[in-house]
Amino acid sequence: MLMQFMLLFSRQGKLRLQKWYVPLSDKEKKKITRELVQTVLARKPKMCSFLEWRDLKIVYKRYASLYFCCAIEDQDNELITLEIIHRYVELLDKYFGSVCELDIIFNFEKAYFILDEFLLGGEAQETSKKNVLKAIEQADLLQEVN
Amino acid sequence: MRELMVRAMYCEMLGYEADFVYIHAIKLAQQGTVLEKRVGISIFLKQNMYYLQDLQSTNLIEVCMALTVVSQIFPKDMIPAILPLVEEKLSHPKEIIRRKAVLALYKFYLIAPNQVQHIHGKFRKALCDKDPGVMMSSLHIYLQMIKENPASYKDLTGSFVTILRQVVGGKLPLDFNYHSVPAPWLQIQLLRILSLLGREDQSMSELMYDVLDESLRRAEMNHNITYAILYECVKAIYTIHPKAELLEKAARCIGNFVLSPKINLKYLGLKALTYVVQHDANLALQHQMTIIECLDHSDLIIKRETLELLFRITNAQNVTIIVEKMLGFLRLCNDDYTIIDLVGKVAELAEKYPFTIWFIQTMNVVFSLGGDLMQPDLPSNFLRLFADGSESEEQDRQLKLYAVDSYLAVLKGDCSHLPQRFLQVISWVLGEYSCLKEDVDQQEVIRLLKKLLEQRGVSSETRSWALSALTKLCKGPGYAELALELAESLSSSLDTVLRQQAHELCLLSQDSQLHARVLPHPAPSDNLEVDSSLSFLDGFVSDALAAGAAPYKPPHQRQEELSQQRALSLEPYGLSLPVTMSSCTLTDRQSPTFLSMSSDLSVLCVCSANTLMLEGVKRVWGKDGYIPQKEPSLTPAAVDEPSDVVQSPDQQGAAETSLPEPEPEPPQLDQEKQQLASSLFVGLGSQNSMSLLGKTEVAVPRFRRKARQHESASTSGTSESSSNSSHSSRSTTDSFLYGGLLEEEPATPIQNSYHTLNSTSENEGAATVSAKEDKQANSSQILGKSIVSQRNCSKSLPVAFPHSSDSMVLQLPSELQELPHSDVVSLTSDPHLSVSCCRVFREDALLLVLLLFNPTETALRDVAVELSCEEPLMLNTEEYGKLWLSISNDVKQNLKLLTGGGDPLRATLNALKDSLQLHIVDIIGSEGIVACHLLRGGPCLMHCRVHGASLAVWLRSPLPSLPDCLLYHCQRALQEH
Repeated sequence: MLMQFMLLFSRQGKLRLQKWYVPLSDKEKKKITRELVQTVLARKPKMCSFLEWRDLKIVYKRYASLYFCCAIEDQDNELITLEIIHRYVELLDKYFGSVCELDIIFNFEKAYFILDEFLLGGEAQETSKKNVLKAIEQADLLQEVN
Repeated sequence: MRELMVRAMYCEMLGYEADFVYIHAIKLAQQGTVLEKRVGISIFLKQNMYYLQDLQSTNLIEVCMALTVVSQIFPKDMIPAILPLVEEKLSHPKEIIRRKAVLALYKFYLIAPNQVQHIHGKFRKALCDKDPGVMMSSLHIYLQMIKENPASYKDLTGSFVTILRQVVGGKLPLDFNYHSVPAPWLQIQLLRILSLLGREDQSMSELMYDVLDESLRRAEMNHNITYAILYECVKAIYTIHPKAELLEKAARCIGNFVLSPKINLKYLGLKALTYVVQHDANLALQHQMTIIECLDHSDLIIKRETLELLFRITNAQNVTIIVEKMLGFLRLCNDDYTIIDLVGKVAELAEKYPFTIWFIQTMNVVFSLGGDLMQPDLPSNFLRLFADGSESEEQDRQLKLYAVDSYLAVLKGDCSHLPQRFLQVISWVLGEYSCLKEDVDQQEVIRLLKKLLEQRGVSSETRSWALSALTKLCKGPGYAELALELAESLSSSLDTVLRQQAHELCLLSQDSQLHARVLPHPAPSDNLEVDSSLSFLDGFVSDALAAGAAPYKPPHQRQEELSQQRALSLEPYGLSLPVTMSSCTLTDRQSPTFLSMSSDLSVLCVCSANTLMLEGVKRVWGKDGYIPQKEPSLTPAAVDEPSDVVQSPDQQGAAETSLPEPEPEPPQLDQEKQQLASSLFVGLGSQNSMSLLGKTEVAVPRFRRKARQHESASTSGTSESSSNSSHSSRSTTDSFLYGGLLEEEPATPIQNSYHTLNSTSENEGAATVSAKEDKQANSSQILGKSIVSQRNCSKSLPVAFPHSSDSMVLQLPSELQELPHSDVVSLTSDPHLSVSCCRVFREDALLLVLLLFNPTETALRDVAVELSCEEPLMLNTEEYGKLWLSISNDVKQNLKLLTGGGDPLRATLNALKDSLQLHIVDIIGSEGIVACHLLRGGPCLMHCRVHGASLAVWLRSPLPSLPDCLLYHCQRALQEH
């Protein structure tokens, strides 16, 4: 079930968000990112959302101009990972109100907070949309009070 | 600041280096407001310490954040520090905290399972938590644990089934619904756990049938998430003990998947099918048309998965076509991982059906496609199969002939692009079997192999394969010329293996008899018997040993010694250790470290400890008992009087009589004497230089305190805190004393009505102090009392106490007698004076009471007591080197170098030697090595190197604080110079 990492990148191949759940060197991360962005961008829209890459499975999905891309282990359930991506997008959407790429660029820290609240250490932590958003809102509130 | 930090984070996020801001991020996180905390924490995870503080916070959000960070990548060695805090959070009233804590523990479990072993009970509690979120988080842990050891969690099956039933039945709050499917993540997690529990266990499986059935039934909505659940269900159904009814339903599900127009579902269907066909191959038959379609799918991933499926259903009939498909895919593929994987699979399939021409063909393609990426055991497996052959001789022959033919054809073409592995295989086969084929001219084969040998871009490994093939072929006188030519061209090769082979070739081709013996033909298929003990070499070895050769050392030992030598050579005096490491000198060593000691009392264990280290374990190869192990002869109490004992200058001049040398104490000291030794050792005069003068004198030892605590002392000249940090693992009293010694501060001059201190020269770790006393003490006892480091200044209490003149037994002054104290022990005595000592343990200090007794009627004048706790350690360079390596605890420091007159290094070291009782082992160029050791304590080695105007000193000692202490005194000594 453990997710290895999650990448968000634009159609132009610009990295927007990255989250690594396994320890890797920076060099390795860069290499993986470059490789994956290339591979995923080269795929046609009608193609399967799953990729075999090295010994991992890549599950990716495109939302508007953004690609969400997760790496999971081979025996994991690809569909549920797809739904994790979808749930994350839903959360972003709900939080920002019809999210777009710019929201993530300018409020990337919020995007990270939401992701942390939703996935912890590569595992789905809280799948209830309401609870995640409540936690985020509380944190935001506290932050403003300060 | 915040703004800058955000920018830095953005840089980091884009993949640029921003290490330099981490520390600022931490600072920000420590002191800032919540927003700043969040900013600081969220990305810069590399530093970890700071959120320890946050974990203890009462603020909910802060705890949340800290736990979030904890659950991210976390170093193993930090876990013990964090664990109790996280554990505590398991019983936090807020569910979000509990949830995060459980996940953090899960993370810990993944990193270091044994560290969270004791809290398995708490996991159970988390599983029963009233909040479904917490329960769900605990499932992660359980999944992992059950994966590792299903048997011990069978009792939980019932609970898991119940939970799943509730979830499926929609009993959870609506929050957990995802597109009106109740808690899909939870369901999937549970299904996984159940499948693990039910595997090969009928009774467990029976518990699950119902709920699995229900899950299948409920998940009929047309949405991805239900498919995900279905997929997991199907997997579970096929994993656990089978039940026909469920299998049927599952099969239908798979059918739906495979037939689905949605490509993702198709993929998943294929994956499920791949999983399922192992149990039930018939299922594939139902979908064969779909599979065929998928095989030609435009998406490589689908193709790949289909091949995977086909691989599972291969049998003797379809293997040819499936392998063909796989090879076809291989040709298109350019991803290394896939190639390696597929090549392995093709080879696996092909090897199931060997001894056909098809096998050879397939393997040829595999070798040429897989190239050098493939697993290294593939070619050797192939060759082994090939050499073993089948039952039928004739078929075998045909096969080999075919192989030879095909390889000759390959070699005749352009083979520069062929992978090395393939060329190696070709060389071997040709060398071994080309002679089977009568119609092929051997010259032709040889020419081809020679061409291969000379071809550019061929690795030396391949060359050597080709060369050995040539060696096999070149038999009989006809090839001698060719062999010579080859040998000549290769004898200058840089590759030693090639050169050797060329040489062999040369010799073998000249002697056909030898050739037949070395390379019999056909090569025996059964394993050659190898005499792994190499017993046939024994004679040679013993001869060589008798002739004075060094005995063989096994590689690991050599490695060890090599590394030692290497380690040595980094250090300057390594050069001066000649061949000490070679076992010859090692075995010749007879005398262990010769320790010279001036003290009678403190010789006990130091020596044996040192000598033991010198003798390495030897392994001798060859005749046993060739080199008898020589036991190091222990000479534990080698006593001699050091010449360089420091004496107070004024005393030296005034010395009229001196006490006879103390008798060496036998090594077998009884317990009491041990104690005595330690008490002596604490600084009491080991009576190495006691001079008695007519005038009474009371010695008041002065102690120095090591540098570390000096600042505190300097604030108030008189106040000292006695810290008795024990740093020695001896008996408690010993270490107490020991510690006390090393930690002492210099006492302010001790004066009272009776004494005037006449401080003269000080010694390292101890001091020689002579104090003159006005009082004329004729025939009475003198009590010299050293008071060691007290807060309220040291003082000396000369107390005259009643004595019985007929008895040597001395008593403590009455005021000290109530205190706990050791027995009064006589240290030494002669007709003129006897010395006894006693330790008195006061609350704040350790008092050392020296009792000097003068039985004669003559007045005692000028008693000088020298206290020393450290003395030169007599070593030679070689022993020093060994000792150095065996000790850690490095301390490095630069010292002032004495200038003026001659060699500054020598001057400095001599100065140190004079004032600190050190032994200068050796001076080599700009470097010198010095040794000393504590009485009864460990050694301290010092390595000095002149570095510009300063002296770089590197100290090592088994006692952690000894180097510091010594260093401090070195500094003092040099300053005084």
